[in-house]
Amino acid sequence: MNVIEASNLSKRYGSTQALRECTLAIPAGHVTALVGPNGAGKSTLLNLVVGLLAPSEGSLSVLGSCRPGSLAALDGIAFVAQDTPLYKNVSAADMLHLTRNLNRHFDWTYAEARLGELGIPLKRKAGKLSGGQQAQLALTLALARHPKLLVLDEPVAMLDPIARHDFMATVLVAAAEDGVSVVLSSHVLAELERSADYIILMSQGKVQVAGEVDDLLAGHRILSGPAADAAAYTELPVVHARQGEVQTHLLVRTSMDDRVPRGWESHPVGLEELVLAYLREPDASALPGPLRSSVIDASEARR
Amino acid sequence: MSLIEFRLDPASGVPTYLQLVHQVEHALRLGYIKPGDQLPKVRDVVASLAINPNTVSKAYRELETKGLIVGRPGQGTFILATLSQVALPELAGFRRSLRNWLAKVDAGGLDESGIAALVASELRDFYGRRDGSSTRVGSADEDVEGAA
Repeated sequence: MNVIEASNLSKRYGSTQALRECTLAIPAGHVTALVGPNGAGKSTLLNLVVGLLAPSEGSLSVLGSCRPGSLAALDGIAFVAQDTPLYKNVSAADMLHLTRNLNRHFDWTYAEARLGELGIPLKRKAGKLSGGQQAQLALTLALARHPKLLVLDEPVAMLDPIARHDFMATVLVAAAEDGVSVVLSSHVLAELERSADYIILMSQGKVQVAGEVDDLLAGHRILSGPAADAAAYTELPVVHARQGEVQTHLLVRTSMDDRVPRGWESHPVGLEELVLAYLREPDASALPGPLRSSVIDASEARR
Repeated sequence: MSLIEFRLDPASGVPTYLQLVHQVEHALRLGYIKPGDQLPKVRDVVASLAINPNTVSKAYRELETKGLIVGRPGQGTFILATLSQVALPELAGFRRSLRNWLAKVDAGGLDESGIAALVASELRDFYGRRDGSSTRVGSADEDVEGAA
């Protein structure tokens, strides 16, 4: 089952095109990171998925074949929007009541136990909790609904390193124990490498890279060698070239190490390096399955 | 509490699941864990490191394929085989003589990286000359890096 499936999905706000003919499929059972520069369309995509926005064109289905915003979709999807939306003057306990009364399913025992473990005082107003506690409260409210899909928009952007670690641990334990699929947008690239196993890279309203993290890392190599010989790689697809006067580093789409000529070194690539390279080359893409993969050729990369 | 705790080194460039595999093998070689011992539950590793559950499962699958561990549904994951080639008292003896040797070369003026380089190169020579087996050399290298 795909938790999100979009085909030629577009969204316009007046004359601004936020999403352009997005086609993507995210299989269930993954923690998916949605990355991309500001204005790439990440929040728009997430808001369409949870049914807060309607598409301008194209089709979108969630949790298999549900229409976003339908009763089945609302029951199965939990969403924590950017900047942890809580009623700041309402106590943690009343936030629980509110959420229980606004949803068809709510696991009160889980929510109370979880807040107890976290040491969040139930009587305190949400706005008086620390940033980390507010984020954990919003996450607890979402998880107590036992969703099939948890959608998080920039969940850790405002948190300190410990609060970020603890927040992600809660999300990942839910994925391990209840099999919740997770889709989260984030700018914190370094931490995604350990938490996400599926990645969608968006830029300018389009999907640029999509796939399982392990497959993408295994399918790319960094080749370092003398700048004068960079032409040796014209027949391999070069995504991004970082060229010095004498030495050059090429990010190449290949899983083969046997074509490395003398004087060149081949290194595995990390997720952060891979994402940065694609972000710097908006015209290069790596897409799975029926979507045709295309890469710019080496001569173009060396412009 | 679990017998061993995993740690991650993001700067190592080694994929996360392989870091977990190496740490279990390392603990087995040094005798920290032995057949019958239980590895941390996937959930607990996820909670303490904030890593993807599939990464932990992948590491455990790899160790299972190597015949080192076995997963028992509903109970947990257990050590099946050992990697230490000598008994613990003997290992302690080796450790003592190594420590004496280290004190000697340290007094002789070699620093930590100097000793590590000397040991690594001597190990390569020793196994290279004895049986020319590249795999032995590779694993011996790893041990020295881990110890240093």
